[in-house]
Amino acid sequence: MGSIKLENVTKSFGDVAVIPPLNLEINEGEFVVFVGPSGCGKSTLLRLIAGLEDVSSGNIYIDGADATGIRPARRGLAMVFQSYALYPHMSVRNNIAFPLKMAGMAAAEIDRKVMGAAEVLNLTDYLKRRPGQLSGGQRQRVAIGRAIVREPKAFLFDEPLSNLDAALRVNMRLEISELHQKLKTTMVYVTHDQIEAMTMADKIVVLRKGVIEQVGTPLELYRNPANLFVASFIGSPKMNFLKGKEAARHDAHTIGIRPEHLSISRQEGLWKGTVGVAEHLGSDTFLYVTLADGSQVTVRAAGEVELSHGDSVYISAETDRIYRFGPDGLALK
Amino acid sequence: MATDHSRIAARLMISPAVLLLLGWMVVPLSMTIYFSFLSYNLLSPGTEEWIGLVNYEFFLTDPAFFAALGNTLLLVGGVLLITIVGGVGLALLLDQPMWGQGIVRILMIAPFFVMPTVSALVWKNMFMNPVNGLFAHLAKFLGVAPFDFLAHAPLFSVVIIVAWQWLPFSTLILLTAMQSLDQEQLEAAKMDGAKKFRRFFHIVLPHLSRAITVVILIQTIFLLSIFAEILVTTNGGPGYASTNITYLVYAQSLLQFDVGGGSAGGIIAVILANIVAVFLMRMIGKNLEA
Repeated sequence: MGSIKLENVTKSFGDVAVIPPLNLEINEGEFVVFVGPSGCGKSTLLRLIAGLEDVSSGNIYIDGADATGIRPARRGLAMVFQSYALYPHMSVRNNIAFPLKMAGMAAAEIDRKVMGAAEVLNLTDYLKRRPGQLSGGQRQRVAIGRAIVREPKAFLFDEPLSNLDAALRVNMRLEISELHQKLKTTMVYVTHDQIEAMTMADKIVVLRKGVIEQVGTPLELYRNPANLFVASFIGSPKMNFLKGKEAARHDAHTIGIRPEHLSISRQEGLWKGTVGVAEHLGSDTFLYVTLADGSQVTVRAAGEVELSHGDSVYISAETDRIYRFGPDGLALK
Repeated sequence: MATDHSRIAARLMISPAVLLLLGWMVVPLSMTIYFSFLSYNLLSPGTEEWIGLVNYEFFLTDPAFFAALGNTLLLVGGVLLITIVGGVGLALLLDQPMWGQGIVRILMIAPFFVMPTVSALVWKNMFMNPVNGLFAHLAKFLGVAPFDFLAHAPLFSVVIIVAWQWLPFSTLILLTAMQSLDQEQLEAAKMDGAKKFRRFFHIVLPHLSRAITVVILIQTIFLLSIFAEILVTTNGGPGYASTNITYLVYAQSLLQFDVGGGSAGGIIAVILANIVAVFLMRMIGKNLEA
């Protein structure tokens, strides 16, 4: 239960084609993350799967059956919205019970399921409250509760963590991952945050302007980005790109080196540069270094590094971790 | 208001307005109360004397009072019913994306800008007139005998006229409330399997409850004192069939020249309005709490 297949799906609003023909397969039980910059069509794609938007052409199959023209409720999918979309006039209990009531389930059965979901999500003490009386994280959990009581074929998450503060986001990330481990249900998750994508996904789908740039596991994308866009989008801090002479030495138009694959030294190295800003995080230090030819690179050094603004340094790269890209932006093998 | 200094300054600055409003209210109110205890008839000036509660007794035992009280409640209730139900319906329609939305919305508010006397006269002469009215022509076209609205269903006719005037008000308030509904909530309900009608009753209507409360409270205040529409159409008749409390007070003081009796009626109207207000706040006031 829970495989989704998109076949030549397109979507246009008026004359604007948001999604050109697109094919994608999501396997049963997978945690798939759609990631891309804002406006790349990832939310639209999710809404097409949910049935909240009609496809302009193409077909959507859920569990092998054509679901293209089927009403959202009949698709057996549950969605968690960015704003949570809780019903403000209903208690937490009624919010979670709403989809079951709409399905006409018996009251005792509804009660049992609501209590079950509340227990899983630590909401038992809050069942009588209204959404307005809950904190952001609790609202998020109510929204997830409303989704899991339906026992859907797949969960759809539309940037669910973007309204939470940083600490809570890390927590909820873990909770959602654990929920996936527990339920083993297919999850499709939309985010613009590559850290969420890297940490949670079984499979990442990188989108740009409605086009799938690359599909793969987090480490596949990290190790073998298919093009410049994926290379710059996955990984934090961003990959450094060098053009010109340095790239030509590696028979490429552009070369990319991740900050963590650069090493820094005061005495010797490949390139000479000057430290600009140094960000000391304790566990890591990020150094923004201007090279002799004027290009800027970011270097990650482990631990506490006693370098500061204006220091002269040498930088070297791990030669086997240099990515080479052609003039068309595609990775060279 | 952070400091004592700014608090005192603020009080000083609003005091002229408060005093003006207070005077505006206190002087007429106390004069009305004073007159209500006098035998005061404009036909025999100079014979005013203190008669205690006789005016009140006279007004409250008048059979016309109970007819007027009933009519007032029917008028308020009927207009509220039509404007709320119709307002929600129209707001739902106007909320749909359509061509010429702006113009349609402006046309919608138009009745609110027409003076009560004018709109009542338009209704009386151009629609409800049994000989020349549009409804009479329609009836004749259908081969039915024309119905004399103002003679045979006077209160109902007044309700229709007043409801027509107030429908734009409720429609506009409810429309803005409807537009503030989070679309994701509707989509969530869609995903949860709620069809159109259930989405309306479970999501849209609860969202509108606060706006509906505001409409009911504001309209009740104005509808309790409907006067012009009755004066230019039915004159409260036939008999007392379309007389409300406001009109009865007018009739008492300016048609029968009994200022004392009219003042007593006015005070009773104030008391009744307050009773209605208390009941309303009890029933629906909780919707206004955040």
